[in-house]
Amino acid sequence: MLNRDEDILQAAETWQKEGHGVALATVVETWGSAPRPAGSSLVINDDGTFLGSVSGGCVEGAVVTEALDVIASGQPKMLEFGVADETAWNVGLSCGGTIRVFVEKVG
Amino acid sequence: MKLETLKELNAERAARRPVIVVTDTSNGEQRLVKAKDIAADPLRAELSKQLRMGKSGNVEVGGKKLFLNVYAPTAKLVIIGAVHISQALAPLARSLDYDVTVVDPRTAFASPERFPDVPLVAEWPDVALPPLNIDHYTAFVAVTHDPKIDDPALMHAFDRDCFYIGALGSRKTHAKRGERLRALGAKDSDIARIHAPIGLDIGAVSPSEIAVAIMAEITAQLRLPPKENSKEKEEAA
Repeated sequence: MLNRDEDILQAAETWQKEGHGVALATVVETWGSAPRPAGSSLVINDDGTFLGSVSGGCVEGAVVTEALDVIASGQPKMLEFGVADETAWNVGLSCGGTIRVFVEKVG
Repeated sequence: MKLETLKELNAERAARRPVIVVTDTSNGEQRLVKAKDIAADPLRAELSKQLRMGKSGNVEVGGKKLFLNVYAPTAKLVIIGAVHISQALAPLARSLDYDVTVVDPRTAFASPERFPDVPLVAEWPDVALPPLNIDHYTAFVAVTHDPKIDDPALMHAFDRDCFYIGALGSRKTHAKRGERLRALGAKDSDIARIHAPIGLDIGAVSPSEIAVAIMAEITAQLRLPPKENSKEKEEAA
């Protein structure tokens, strides 16, 4: 793919080496007019600092919150955001698409 | 993702080698497949298809839902010749997300006025090309019409196994070029890799139309399965 946005994976490695808990969130499926394609990812550390994007800003806040849980538990999670979903109404995936985001701990 | 997997992924990406991370999203089980290992992989059909399309996606195998995340290097386009065609080709290629560089030792051609915002190298190919780290994920186009510039550049492209090599000129011009390149040590199989006359046959007339024909041919080479490519190569030969 002709992608340019993946230095975030380098950041994930660096954070991990610095002793942070790190999670990786990746768009694995999209329907409708989702803003970011499958494979787009976000890395989050235990400070709540994040890099990258899974939706162009719509649901990142919710993903970061879930990612902190994943860092704590070590258990991967599948998240789904869409207009039919109450959570999505709350966090606002305003574009009308639906996305599934896989969140996993790094390390 | 295991730290080891992440480290391997980053190392492959830094070396501009494609990789696919296969994840069972039901339990987080994961493995990394390097491009060179795809041919021997049980998922080779799915993996090679996703890689060719440069797209991540899901497959279902044996009741398992797997996510294939494709990490392919950004493709480069190296244009030899800061000519009129290149002025149309460079912005077109950039709109398709290629990293574009234009090389021409003739400073009157390789001027920033003619190529705003495009990296230009006003040097001969022997000086200009080695630092560009040309590799398999590079499309290479020689359009100066000057053998002194195009020929050594093409030799470099053969050496670096560019996925696409094209050169401007009629069939007659190309036959002569073949003789010259052989004299420089090129193999017949190298010369057969050159797309010449350059570009898909769409009846292109203007420099901009020729640029479209070239980008269409590069896209076909990047995206179509090898079988269809070889058919096209035979027709062009």
